[in-house]
Formats: sequence, structure tokens, C-alpha cells
Amino acid sequence: MMAIESDKVTADVIEVSEYPLMAQRYQIYGVPKTVINESIELEGARPEAAMVGAVEAASRTAAS
Amino acid sequence: MAIIPQQDQEYLKGLFAEKLEHPVMLRFYTQRQSVLSVPGQECGTCSDTHALLNELVALSDKLTLEVHDFVAEQEQAKAEGIEEIPAIVLEGQNKGTVRFIGVPAGYEFATLIEDLIDVSRGTTSLQPSSREVLVTLEKPVHIKVFVTPT
Repeated sequence: MMAIESDKVTADVIEVSEYPLMAQRYQIYGVPKTVINESIELEGARPEAAMVGAVEAASRTAAS
Repeated sequence: MAIIPQQDQEYLKGLFAEKLEHPVMLRFYTQRQSVLSVPGQECGTCSDTHALLNELVALSDKLTLEVHDFVAEQEQAKAEGIEEIPAIVLEGQNKGTVRFIGVPAGYEFATLIEDLIDVSRGTTSLQPSSREVLVTLEKPVHIKVFVTPT
């Protein structure tokens, strides 16, 4: 939903069981798992405010 | 045999008629059917995903499917940041980029339907406070949500 509201956001929903190498790379042991800008990781379902806060933090520290 | 059960197709047809506002393009990156299979290069879920999407877009004239070959059109795939197939890029009233990687089955099918409606309307059910934060983002954010069908 955040990618619908902001042109700065790209959101991928990844069916990870099809991509074992990706599961290994991102160390997916449970779902859902969210990775933002390859740096912030959130395990499990989180409240909306926590997700938005993590996105804001990731944007602040993004390279470009 | 249909992938989406007849009863669900009827429900979705009504839902789309009521909720879809503007057209949505589903850009689908897949593997061309070939008589030769290259070990390690097969896309196990591409044809099922293609069949599912064909059934889905038939349920509303606001939905269109555009099929791209991941190998033959690798330049475009690369430009769109597609690294795995099957991949679906939703294009409508969305401001950012919304993609589904892998077959959107199980719970993810419901997510796809919700996103199709949101992308068609350009609005979401996010809280006003969340929207306020999102409009202030200055740098790009790439969110990857890892899920499984069950």
C-alpha cells in the first residue's frame, strides 16, 4: 500500500518458497519477513505505524 | 479446468465491477514455452501463473495483461529491476512500484486482488498519519516482503 501512496517506494511481494537461494540469502526462517533497502529487517506482521516508521528510517539513511 | 473456481470468478467479477475505477495493466514477465528445457533454467510456476492471470483479467474489462519474455526482453526486464520470474508489475494510479514475484497463490492471491483495487483507485486504507509520513520521503525505499502461499 505504501508503494501506491509514494513515488519513492518500490514494494515487492516475494513468494520465497520458489526461490531457495533468495531464502538463504535473506535468511528467511519464518514469514512474513520484510527487508527494507537491504538493511532493515522486520520479522512477522507489524502494526502499520511500525512499518511506516521503518520505511521513514530507511529513506533517511538511503544513499540516493 | 479453471484455476479460479467458478464461484470465486463470479464473486470477483462483482467485486471488480464495483471497486475498479481506472484501468490496471498487469505486466507479466515469464519464460517462453519451449520444447527444449535447459537444466537449472526452468520456470516451474510460470505457466500456472500465466493461466491464472489470463483467467483474472477476463473478469474485468479494466484489467489488461501484457506478457513479456524474460530472456528475449532482458533489457526491459533489467530496466524494471526484474531479477526473478514469474514477476507481475502492476500499473495504474499507483505512485510507486508494486510487484509480485512468484506465483500469487494462497493468501497472496487475496493480496493481489486488494492491490489491484488500490492501484485502480490510487487510494489505500492507510492511516492519514502514515500518508503524511510517506509524502515526506526524500530518498528511494525498496521494500521486500517475503511470504509463502500458506
